[in-house]
Amino acid sequence: MIALLSDIHANLEALNACLAHARAQGATRYVFLGDFIGYGADPQGVVDLIADHVARGAVAVQGNHDAALENRAGRMNDAAQQAIDWTRGVLSEGGRSFLRSLPLCVHEDQMCFVHASAIRPERWVYVDDKTAAYESIHAGGAIYTFSGHVHDQMLYSLSAVGKMTSFRPLSGNVVPAGSHRQWLAIVGAVGQQRDNNPAAGYTLFDPVRKDIVFFRVPYDTEAAARKIRAAGLPESLALQIEQGG
Amino acid sequence: MPEQTPSLKQIDGFVLGERIHSGAMGYIHRVSGPETGFPMIMKLPRVGAGEAGEGLLAFETEAMILPVLKGPYIARFVAAGDLARVPYLVIEWVEGRSLQYLLDQRGRFAAEEVARTGAAIADALHSLHRQDTIHLDLKPDNVILRPDGTAVLIDFGLAHHARFPDLLAEEMRFASGSTPYISPEQLYDTRSDPRSDLFALGVILYEMATAQLPFGVPETLSGMRNRLWLDPVPPRVHHAGIPGWLQEVILRCIEVRAQYRYQSAAHVAFDLRHPDQVRLTVRAAKSDKAGVLAQLKRWWLARGERIAPLSLPNVRIGTAPVIMVAVDTTHPDDERQPAIRRATAQVLSLSAEFRLICVAVIRAELPGEAAGESGTPYDAHLDHRVRLRNWVDPLKMPSNRLSLHVIEAASPASMLLEFARRNNVDLIIIGAPGPAQQALAWWRSVASGVTAGAHCSVHVVRVAGRQGEDGTPP
Repeated sequence: MIALLSDIHANLEALNACLAHARAQGATRYVFLGDFIGYGADPQGVVDLIADHVARGAVAVQGNHDAALENRAGRMNDAAQQAIDWTRGVLSEGGRSFLRSLPLCVHEDQMCFVHASAIRPERWVYVDDKTAAYESIHAGGAIYTFSGHVHDQMLYSLSAVGKMTSFRPLSGNVVPAGSHRQWLAIVGAVGQQRDNNPAAGYTLFDPVRKDIVFFRVPYDTEAAARKIRAAGLPESLALQIEQGG
Repeated sequence: MPEQTPSLKQIDGFVLGERIHSGAMGYIHRVSGPETGFPMIMKLPRVGAGEAGEGLLAFETEAMILPVLKGPYIARFVAAGDLARVPYLVIEWVEGRSLQYLLDQRGRFAAEEVARTGAAIADALHSLHRQDTIHLDLKPDNVILRPDGTAVLIDFGLAHHARFPDLLAEEMRFASGSTPYISPEQLYDTRSDPRSDLFALGVILYEMATAQLPFGVPETLSGMRNRLWLDPVPPRVHHAGIPGWLQEVILRCIEVRAQYRYQSAAHVAFDLRHPDQVRLTVRAAKSDKAGVLAQLKRWWLARGERIAPLSLPNVRIGTAPVIMVAVDTTHPDDERQPAIRRATAQVLSLSAEFRLICVAVIRAELPGEAAGESGTPYDAHLDHRVRLRNWVDPLKMPSNRLSLHVIEAASPASMLLEFARRNNVDLIIIGAPGPAQQALAWWRSVASGVTAGAHCSVHVVRVAGRQGEDGTPP
């Protein structure tokens, strides 16, 4: 079983909770779909943990926040930019080099892993409707495309006759995802929520049974928010952790 | 069209037997194979060039939903083939007759039989809705009646399950439903309202009672949309012998606007099982359609009709619970009575669409045991019914939400449990052991028997700090 985790955003409490949850569910492989830093106060802890998983065979791709670390000309909102600037001062050169080394897109068997749309990964296109999902599925060319960037979990499918479906999943229900269709799962954000539910999000995929389960995992949001305030990052980022939006 | 059925006689260990159905959507064969303890059939979709994608989508939808459905009201799922390889579905072959067969054989049903069969279908729908599933293609062809009278729903090809992607959303619109039974909101692509099934149930009840279809068999979209504003002929006009309560139930089920229908299949089942408790409104006495002007006005309003999205089916019917309160009418002045009434009021205040069932269980009487003071025979039922009415009066309940039942039984606990189960009760409210049970251990009381055996939640009301009862010395 493969655990897919995206948009961790330097939130070590949320990442640890999701990894423990996935392990308990029987996950044997881990895929990290980008945006490991930004917003949160634990970039070093998060990057070290992911690098450790990658050294043991996990897949990781780069997200726009990871890329923004090196690209000073990037355009981001104030709070996000402040967090990136702050991260530059605290993340080790080893950590930065790890993020630099990440690929934008990885294909494996019938799966495609990418942070945003597979159509032009470096353009960070939001997959937030059926048209965008169709384009990403088409560009990725895989039966199963997994991505993040959009923080709310969604499951899209494309039938053999070209019709798209979209579905907002509920935590814990197993959705059959047979290979007679093509699927695109927005796996959810581990480290920062935007739907007024503070619980961390991630997704499990069983390539043998061909089913997908989306999860929301409660974690110690107080600790994560406290660290953000202690680091002097914008208050709005701490509130977003506590309130989930 | 050349036959597309696989020529092989065996698929994944299932041996194909006689083909018992060949339709637009696919084929059905009897099969034998791994021992399940019940007869099985295999459904095979029509596949290949020239076949409509809709048949395959319906097949895919059923293959997704059936494996997770539970309970006695569906054909049990056995196995499904990989849709990318050999699509098939093996399910239980349910022994019984389809309601369509019975309608063809017998035409009109007597009111009692309409009620009995309708309640069985409503039970099945309620079980389905509790599982966040809406059938959306309920019709006599898709109802199998077992010899014991229970109803089994088949063919989930058009169904909606709120926890799975809806493969049919926006795919085929109304085109696939069965036009006499389809609800008004389905004509506007709403696939998430369990009350759509209650509309179809209403059409079925109408058909059973009158041998007519309330909206005919329209063949065009505008023909189907007529049901948004055209009044059906009241059933009693077709057949004067149909009782008012049955017309009330039927017309309430087929209200155009879902909020005027029953809000839960459990409520339909309840009314059909307790005709004497059905509150009659103007629907029951209707002997004609609305006037032309009134219908024209509805037609005008219906032009812009859109239906709002809804919550999960199980959450939706959860707002229309069936609450049962057990009242000890043998001890009307017991100090627990106000506490139980208060608890009931609190529970009821949480929902606007509840149904309250008040039950008094009285000891089965021996012949000639009791006589009234003035020599007239003592009517225990009437007496306890009056007490029950008196008990519930302070709650100021609208009569359409309330029913009163006095039941004789040797074992109150098992009678309450059976009554609750049969009426799809969501919550039982009962007092902790009373004075008569003071000497008994808790586990021998009615409340403990009910708590241990209930299929639903039980709210046990205890008066705090009562002498002797909480274990503290007086």
